[in-house]
Amino acid sequence: MSLQTLDLGVKDRIADLTVMLHLGEVTAICGPNGAGKSTLLSCLAGLQPPDRGHVALGGQPMAGLHPETRARAIGYLPQAPEVAWDLSVEVLVSLGRLPWRGVPGSEAQVAIDEAIAAMDLDALRHRRVSQLSGGERARTLMARVLATGPGWLLADEPLASLDLAHAAALLACFRRQAVLGRGVVLVLHDLAMAMNHADRVIVLDRGRLVADGAPEFALGADVVERVWGCPARWVGEPGARALSVG
Amino acid sequence: MNRRLILILLAALIVAVPLSLLAGRVWIDPFAPETRNAAVILMQLRLPRAALALVLGAGLGASGAAMQGFLRNPLADPGLFGIAPGAALGAVLSFWTGYAASVWLLPVFALIGAGSAMALLALIAGREGGIALFTLAGLMISSLAGALMSLAISLSPTPFAMSEIVTWLMGTLADRSWREVGIATPFTLAGIGVLIAAGRSLDALTLGEAAARSLGVDPQRLQALMIAGIGLTVGAGVAVAGIIGFVGLMVPHLVRPLTDRRPSSLIVPSALAGALLLLAADCLCRVLPLSGGELRLGIALSLLGAPFFLNLLLRMRKGLV
Repeated sequence: MSLQTLDLGVKDRIADLTVMLHLGEVTAICGPNGAGKSTLLSCLAGLQPPDRGHVALGGQPMAGLHPETRARAIGYLPQAPEVAWDLSVEVLVSLGRLPWRGVPGSEAQVAIDEAIAAMDLDALRHRRVSQLSGGERARTLMARVLATGPGWLLADEPLASLDLAHAAALLACFRRQAVLGRGVVLVLHDLAMAMNHADRVIVLDRGRLVADGAPEFALGADVVERVWGCPARWVGEPGARALSVG
Repeated sequence: MNRRLILILLAALIVAVPLSLLAGRVWIDPFAPETRNAAVILMQLRLPRAALALVLGAGLGASGAAMQGFLRNPLADPGLFGIAPGAALGAVLSFWTGYAASVWLLPVFALIGAGSAMALLALIAGREGGIALFTLAGLMISSLAGALMSLAISLSPTPFAMSEIVTWLMGTLADRSWREVGIATPFTLAGIGVLIAAGRSLDALTLGEAAARSLGVDPQRLQALMIAGIGLTVGAGVAVAGIIGFVGLMVPHLVRPLTDRRPSSLIVPSALAGALLLLAADCLCRVLPLSGGELRLGIALSLLGAPFFLNLLLRMRKGLV
């Protein structure tokens, strides 16, 4: 399936918002609490229909897609992902193959092995989830999404529970996937992460689109002050900026 | 790993079934064929009873495994959906109205009770209810059926009917014939089949509801499969043997560490282990010397299950589960 764009036109909860997302880009969705970031991501992932308007995937309306077809195209990593049973890393990653019913086992195994290798989990393949560190767990869950082989990677605050080094490592993984041609859409709370690592930033405020464009413009000091309500300025070099607040 | 476990459980069953046939009030020595009425005891009493233990145990084991997968909780039991109390209420009403005197009507009443509980569950949980609401609806049905059963017992027309109801509710495989096997088997097998079909969706649910939907799971279809699968297995079991608890809780928990822990890989081994457990427990009930009859299977399993459950709770508190 070839996907070029992911359109969204949602009204009401997300007011009059139209965005078009592109493969090969890392797009960050930012905004204060209650801005509608997770709602937007959930609509884009096809998990909930917009109140009005439509979401399209490669020109096709999302609502008309078979759930498994959609699942093969869009990998979704929820906020604070849970793992109910103490699976091994390999078995957990294999859950990513569930949308591929009827595909031969050998093909599935290749995809699982590639995902495990891509996330550098070979040594941990047989380890149980309960024995993993936070960073290893995040990589395993990411490998689960990659095992599906989706064109799009959507993640809701994937860095929330990670320390600095693990957050940077996971962001690097997302970047690699974008370079490989996947469309990456991340809900990010940390504006500096968005500024330094995204190709494009969508800023929402109370369900409205406030800014959409390159990070330097979409997350300009004036936008941050207007939307987040606190005076701020960016310091440092492009690509390594920090936000000074107050 | 899973195939080996299934083969081991099958081999255990192949050994256990003939042995179970020999045990009972009259011990049958296979090397001394002169035991009186041995053929009758085997064909009319022990064999149908063993067959029923296998069928019901398989149904309870499989439904427990699916239920724990669905609720993502190792403490879940198929009884939580309120289907077993619904079936029991149907059976109690058949005693109350006197229709239980006709041997076919008791299970029919119980199946109608199970079906009504399933329909009520589907109605309350609705299309977008989610798993928490679904469980609470089950608990509500459970307590409603319990209250109505108590009402029926307190208003029972004769003391004889009351004692019949109370004894029946305790759950047993004693005095069951091929007729009960014939009633329970098709429903239970169909139920297990439905639960196996739900396996992939249950696997996806390991990652939570949102991730499961993103993997293509249709929550309404899964809910319908669960209601049908649990309803058929549990309803059929209660219809022919009364309420037998804790098998659905214990078996998946014992089997899980021997599998890769995905809910789908747990269903068939749990069915086989459930069959084995019920067969063994029923044998134990038969051979335990007890004045005034034999130990009721339902009671025996509750006596085993309650400490098991407590142990599980304590281990969970320590974070070991």
